[in-house]
Amino acid sequence: MEPQDLTKVVLLACGSFNPITNMHLRMFELARDYLEDTGQYIVVRGIISAVGDGYKKKGLIEACHRVDMARLATDTSDWIKVDAWESQQPEWVETAKVMRHHYKELMTAEQNNDCVDTAKKRRIEATMHAFEDPTSYHTRRDNSPQLKLLCGADVLESFGVPNLWKHEDIAEIVGRYGLVCITRNGCDAHKFIHQSEVLWRHRKNIHVVREWVTNEISATHVRRALRRGQTVRYLLPDPVVSYIQEHGLYSAESEQKNADVVLAPLQRHTGPSSS
Amino acid sequence: MSARIPLVLLACGSFNPITNQHMRLFELARDHLHQTGQFQVVGGIVSPVSDGYGKQGLVLAKHRIAMARLALQSSDWVSVDDWESQQPDWTETVVTMRYHYGRILKQYQEGTGKDSGPTTNSHHLTSSSPRLKLLCGADFLDTFKVPGLWLDDHVEEVAGLFGLVCVSRGGLEPERAVHESETLSRHWRNIILVREWVRNETSATEIRRALRRGLSVKYLLPDSVIKYIHQHNLYTGDSELKNKDVLLRPLTKQTEMPVKTLDD
Repeated sequence: MEPQDLTKVVLLACGSFNPITNMHLRMFELARDYLEDTGQYIVVRGIISAVGDGYKKKGLIEACHRVDMARLATDTSDWIKVDAWESQQPEWVETAKVMRHHYKELMTAEQNNDCVDTAKKRRIEATMHAFEDPTSYHTRRDNSPQLKLLCGADVLESFGVPNLWKHEDIAEIVGRYGLVCITRNGCDAHKFIHQSEVLWRHRKNIHVVREWVTNEISATHVRRALRRGQTVRYLLPDPVVSYIQEHGLYSAESEQKNADVVLAPLQRHTGPSSS
Repeated sequence: MSARIPLVLLACGSFNPITNQHMRLFELARDHLHQTGQFQVVGGIVSPVSDGYGKQGLVLAKHRIAMARLALQSSDWVSVDDWESQQPDWTETVVTMRYHYGRILKQYQEGTGKDSGPTTNSHHLTSSSPRLKLLCGADFLDTFKVPGLWLDDHVEEVAGLFGLVCVSRGGLEPERAVHESETLSRHWRNIILVREWVRNETSATEIRRALRRGLSVKYLLPDSVIKYIHQHNLYTGDSELKNKDVLLRPLTKQTEMPVKTLDD
């Protein structure tokens, strides 16, 4: 397949990044290797989008710090970037909306890049139009990039947690955009897909990527180690370790943040009629 | 509270190549030893094995040393020592330990201005003189039971005289390995087990495999090491065939010697 025939992909990872770890960064590398190895895709960019403070997760420190740390961590990458839009929204934003935002940004950028190429511009406009119709997104044949959500198997599992996700949002994320799921254990991911009607329907849009090196660095573990004065070196990039020390982040006190607060999605989706 | 015992940690291995996980072992061990309140970790040594080891896929020592140096540039307490790697033949771990211990003790005696006679005998140690312990991963204890790999006297000296710090991933394997070995169980007080709660199983074998297949290894080892590997085109299908049908040097070297324990 010629390079121009490859489908361009932008990978988007949404999460707390509290703090970002080497495991988050590895997920991007693994996903890119996998997608490019299929011979169908070329991964042109990775975006890290940290959740806003309105998410109300226990121990979630201020977004400005989480974004700064993610920027330090991606300094050495030539394709992964941090985007602060989601983190700057006053209220928690549904992942489906974050994806819409980034997809529109991508299309606008494409249009601006190639405004001389009127034929291409027409194609993109057609795509923008088609964007309103979920069914046509994957049947289109042009060279504009696809946006896919990058996640761990825990996100697939979380689709089954009552009130955490809106049904139509799941359908939009997997149906219109697609998922790349990194997992240590392929069976888990396939089990979650099997057990969910909506995931099963869109299974061709879900790429399950096996991780060949177990690299289970959870941010929860990192925060715990930091609270106990234990080292986290080589689990996070050195500049992030320094940043945490300089700003005195992650103490017993910071872990109590939002301790008795209900997670924003649960509040919103269990409230009287959402959206 | 009595004074803490100064301690140097020595890690022997192929380091083919060094990974973030190797450096994590040092950090975890130091945290744990400090928490015991008994020890003050004053240094860490990475000692890559020499080319004579005969392990499959082992690239030249000069490259393994260079990579380890790059990786440890950012550490203020762990350094690379090339003595073992420069020996023409493979060196028994206990011989490497004796060398480093002699060196450390000499340095200490010069530093304290004490009479530095021929006293490398541990019985003459004061409580403030430094100790040397072998730092290893969980799988290392299992090598003690591989027939012909270790001489009994050497296990006795490593575990009994020096001591081991073993970082495990939460299973019971290290306890079992100690339990199943007569020598290790006799010296259990000298074997410090450290728990690692993050499953971070970056093996150098997997790293080499990924490199041969053109897959990314970023964030598993420092960028400077990855750059070095690419510059020198180190891990290829060809390099993995090195020493392919060669017996590991410990297995040939030790059977050359009349070892009574093997006749048992």
